[in-house]
Amino acid sequence: MDALVNKRIKQVLKGDQNAFSDIVNLYQHKLYQICYRMLGNKHEAEDIAQEAFVRAYINLHSFDQKRKFSTWLYRIATNLCIDRIRKKKPDYYLDAEIAGTDGLDMYSQLSSDDKLPDDVVEQMELQDRIQYEISRLPDKYRSVIVLKYIEELSLQEISDILDMPLGTVKTRIHRGREALRKQLNNL
Amino acid sequence: MSTCPQHIVDYMHEYLDGDISRDHEQQLKKHLNNCSSCRQHMHELSDTVAFVISAAHITAPPHFESEVMKRLPKGKNRVGIQNWFRRHPILVAACVFLLFMSASLVGSYQNNEFSVTKQPNLIVDGQTVIVPEGEVVKGDIVVKNGDIIIEGEVDGNVTVINGQYMASTAVVTGEIEEIDEIFEWLWYELKSIGNNFIGLIQ
Repeated sequence: MDALVNKRIKQVLKGDQNAFSDIVNLYQHKLYQICYRMLGNKHEAEDIAQEAFVRAYINLHSFDQKRKFSTWLYRIATNLCIDRIRKKKPDYYLDAEIAGTDGLDMYSQLSSDDKLPDDVVEQMELQDRIQYEISRLPDKYRSVIVLKYIEELSLQEISDILDMPLGTVKTRIHRGREALRKQLNNL
Repeated sequence: MSTCPQHIVDYMHEYLDGDISRDHEQQLKKHLNNCSSCRQHMHELSDTVAFVISAAHITAPPHFESEVMKRLPKGKNRVGIQNWFRRHPILVAACVFLLFMSASLVGSYQNNEFSVTKQPNLIVDGQTVIVPEGEVVKGDIVVKNGDIIIEGEVDGNVTVINGQYMASTAVVTGEIEEIDEIFEWLWYELKSIGNNFIGLIQ
């Protein structure tokens, strides 16, 4: 796959814009998934994932083809997600209906500081609940947990993507697991 | 659990990361056999991992690919030019060099000071250079920002830049050039640089 990707990259660099669509096709689901898990919102995830591809296209000449393309691409995406998270907290659209509730929207939850009442959480479908718990993690733990358990990447790859030492990645994963464990236990 | 050493929790995470050493693993197992609260802790961590792993795979919406392609910058040319620059660094350097060279040449053209090549028996009257009747000037004469009147003889080239050449019965053995336009000036400068260069080689 890397050979194919590098071939397409060379074509794009020569000015063949259409060759880029194959690259998008190969990575779109993984990239969208990272963004969705990081941001917890489909519209934003789509926007940021597209933006990540556009930035990759613009900066393609700076990509070192001896390295792994996916690592480089994921790094662009996670950086964009973290920027977006930091720019706007809270994480939810206020008028978005909370999954698994009857017409409960975020306006009714404003006072609760991000955290939903336990009975609402207990009624959530499993998938909504997973996303909800992930999105409650502080963003520095969220990115490592998403890359490790959703994307199933190795610790070394995560360290490359986030551009931080392996030891830091491990510590964050440990703390992230503990944080998640506490969140799940507090119910 | 508060009585249990912290490194036991570290071993749990090493175990979950899949990079626990044999020694640590044995210590962990031994401890878990004896300590129910740590067993509980380990159990919860495993459940947590299982919980996150059970997240469904999410796929990008249909049309995602075409939406990305629509958002790509249209200016292929921009990229093309950038690439061209990258591929021909020497040519680019040469162009930049020429640009600066011509700028400095043009700059010296706009220098309005009057000047003339020093030659014996030339008469300078204000901004007019006169080669008196009956005199023979040996060598080239270059006049900048002034006129030249030749009544005698010149054994060489006469060049007038930004001025006029006036002669009645003059005898000039070399070439006579009058330069008023900037491009002619440039051409003249380049020619003289070239001539100097050839002179150096010879």
